[in-house]
Amino acid sequence: MNWKSFIIGQLTWADLPHQWFTIGGTGAIFTMLGAAAVFLTITKRWRWLWKNWLTSTDPKKIGVMYLIMAFLMFVRGGLDALMLFSQQVLTVGPGVLGAKHGYLDANHFQQIFTAHGDIMVFFVTMGFLFGLINLIVPLQIGARDLAFPFLNSLGFWLYVAGAILINMFFVLGGEFAATGWLAVAPLSELQFQPGTGVNYWIWSLQISGLGTLIGGINFVVTILKMRAPGMSLMRMPMFTWTSLMSMLLVISIFPILAMTIALLTVDRYLGMHFFTLNNAGNQMMYWNLIWMWGHPEVYVLIIPAFGIYSEVVSTFAQKKVFGYPSLVAAAGLITLLSFTVWLHHFFTMGAGADVNAFFGIMTMYIGIPTGVQIVNWLLTMFRGRIRYYSPIYWFFGFISTFTFGGMAGMLMALPPVDFQIHNSLFLVAHFHTMIVGGALFGIFAGITYWFPKITGFKLDEKLGKYVFWTWLVGFFASFVPLYILGMMGATRRMDHYSPSTGWQYLFLVSLIGALIIVVAVILQVVQLIVSIKNRRQLRDTTGDPWNGRSLEWSTPSPIPFYNFPVIPQVHSRDAYWEMKKQKNKSPIIYEDIVLPKNTAMGIYLAAFLFLFGLAMVWQATLFAIIGLTGAIICMIKRTFDENTEYVLPASEVEKLDKQYRLTV
Amino acid sequence: MNSVTTLNLKKETENNDKTTLGFWIYLMTDLVMFGVLFATYTVLRGNTFGGPMDRNVFNLPFALSETLILLTSSFTCGLAILALQQKNKIQVILWFSLTFILGITFLILELSEFSKLISEGNSWQRSGFLSAYFTLVGTHGLHITAGLIWMIICLFKIWKEGLTSSLSRKLTLLSLFWHFLDIVWIFIFTIVYLMSGI
Ligand code: HEM
Ligand SMILES: [Cu+2]
Repeated sequence: MNWKSFIIGQLTWADLPHQWFTIGGTGAIFTMLGAAAVFLTITKRWRWLWKNWLTSTDPKKIGVMYLIMAFLMFVRGGLDALMLFSQQVLTVGPGVLGAKHGYLDANHFQQIFTAHGDIMVFFVTMGFLFGLINLIVPLQIGARDLAFPFLNSLGFWLYVAGAILINMFFVLGGEFAATGWLAVAPLSELQFQPGTGVNYWIWSLQISGLGTLIGGINFVVTILKMRAPGMSLMRMPMFTWTSLMSMLLVISIFPILAMTIALLTVDRYLGMHFFTLNNAGNQMMYWNLIWMWGHPEVYVLIIPAFGIYSEVVSTFAQKKVFGYPSLVAAAGLITLLSFTVWLHHFFTMGAGADVNAFFGIMTMYIGIPTGVQIVNWLLTMFRGRIRYYSPIYWFFGFISTFTFGGMAGMLMALPPVDFQIHNSLFLVAHFHTMIVGGALFGIFAGITYWFPKITGFKLDEKLGKYVFWTWLVGFFASFVPLYILGMMGATRRMDHYSPSTGWQYLFLVSLIGALIIVVAVILQVVQLIVSIKNRRQLRDTTGDPWNGRSLEWSTPSPIPFYNFPVIPQVHSRDAYWEMKKQKNKSPIIYEDIVLPKNTAMGIYLAAFLFLFGLAMVWQATLFAIIGLTGAIICMIKRTFDENTEYVLPASEVEKLDKQYRLTV
Repeated sequence: MNSVTTLNLKKETENNDKTTLGFWIYLMTDLVMFGVLFATYTVLRGNTFGGPMDRNVFNLPFALSETLILLTSSFTCGLAILALQQKNKIQVILWFSLTFILGITFLILELSEFSKLISEGNSWQRSGFLSAYFTLVGTHGLHITAGLIWMIICLFKIWKEGLTSSLSRKLTLLSLFWHFLDIVWIFIFTIVYLMSGI
């Protein structure tokens, strides 16, 4: 037996960081970690961090941690994007830094766009969404925690483990997958990607996907089982509804992703032949499976954003949302239809005219409920008295970008048209318009809207508007050129093109647009810092800064850890709005509250699985065994732990509640 | 103190409710995973790459005996749950032990079938068809293994602590899991073994 490979697998000295970008990345990561460690030591905050945050099972804290992690990953993914665009601008000139064209060689360029896509979908957009859902859904349904608080913590830490794993090739060297964000087979098979790159992709997504699946189950049970008395399904706020639908999608499709990745894994690790070129594998099967997950996945991202817009529009137009049942029905229809269109991602791959026609028509059907929603929002604003705060600006931005991107989608839904623009930059522009202009703008709207509820003070309004306009301008500047380029025949994922095409100036516009977005993001950070500084003036003393409609605004801001001193009784839609109208305050009868205890088991379990994943990347058998056994032992220990909850006596609740009411 | 205990009781039934629903949803997600495997198996069934076809490698009577053993284990598992409801500790241990033994037997039979195939040169590396076969049946086997580990830990705990309410809950979920695997196996038996005869 070869001991060295038993312990460290295929890892060699030559793999450790030696290119400029891995050294730079490693340097940046360790500088940041070092700075954080120094800060925590100086301010003596280690214990505080561990006890109040990392081991917390409170969805509000976990939500905030999701947001922070997603933002960090957003910076990482954003740097990738800048590298991609700048290569495309510079590629017409002489090559530098050892590259033949521009400054990135082809293989490195491929790794970057792969990482960029995976990070932005799995770790940024999903992270932000899970953060917001954690923060807001329990409040909207009048619950104190989630159905499975421990699993929530575990899901978060698995997400973190995946996020770290996708960055590990900086630290341990090696490479990332050079396959595109979905690692399509047979390109991702051992024959074409013999290195560790695809292994990193596999284990990072498998571990974080497990976290997502756990989170999905948790939220579905929470929303179905833990609503306040009187809140029937048709009285739920729109954001809760759309979160429920998104999570139903998660539990139906993430198992498909997990299995697809698992099949690729056994192909690569055990020499099986699911998707290989030789021994009668079937490559199209990978495409079908990955898009059966992939298309619904884009709706996992966008549907909660629809909910956020519904809340924001009705709050700031000061009207109840127009046609609530039709909004619910539309979101539900989109959820269902999203299962029936996956083939539009490979019209060009020879399914034949009948099949293409079917999927093309199904794709266009999705436009109908989407249009219904847009009309609903517009009619909500109609004759409303709109207050122009920054959350509703994001909504206006969304309406313009999303309709635009939806039209582009409709074009591509026609197979004959799609044959011309499939896998061109037109497609890239389409989905960025949908995900950035749709999902991400919605997330920003949501964060601005709910910020006072989470922290107790509002974000600076003036800077908020600057942020919005910079983002919008930057967004259009960087993606409109891509539509044009796509029409001119520029394919996606191009690290080099001939100068004679005359494309360079359009890429330059895109790069400038991306730089404007950088300014917008910096402004966002500035906005946060300024708001923290001026938090006294920006303080939300009422708990209801926007004159809101749903239950979360009935609590003081920031929310006490038990959410509601007494679980509210719901009598109608827009529950809090009705309560405000009635004004007759019945005396409060306090009760004992049962709350989940903190636990570090989620961290330990995720750490062991992280070790397992990392070891599997390098096929380091010993560490893989340690990681897996550790994880199983943690799991067994946790299942037999009976001491997971504590009681907050009624007297204590009363005391805390009175204090809260005094300070507000 | 009294109010605290009623509160705990209320919270406990609530938690039981949530856990049961959560577990059902988990089972459904697992079913989707098996669904993917069934689909891949059906697609790859003919992809033998010059290797053996399904009708050349499967032994129907053997598969039938595996099926009967697993079905019996499901039956004994049901009896164990009945005993659990009557709070009869000895019987619970007895029936679960029997279930455990049947489960192990099933697993051994399955492994012997695998090793026979491999020794004949028909491992999962041979063709797409064999990859799909080993993965589908092997995944089911892994689930059975997980169930067995879960069962042995629970048996040990019952023996030491008696039938506590949290253990009863775990055993009930375990029986759900076991029946679920049984149903999946029926599909495997039909789609993999019976269809090979056609
Ligand atoms: C009316 C709604 C929509 C229609 C008709 C539509 C149509 C399409 C079509 C036909 C394609 C395939 C084009 C090709 O590959 O040639 C596509 C790709 C894509 N769409 Fe959409 N789409 C819609 C909404 C959305 C939304 C809401 C999102 C995300 C939030 C989204 C994200 C994507 C992504 C990520 C891809 C391709 C990714 C890749 O190939 O790597 N789309 N869309
Ligand atoms: Cu799609």
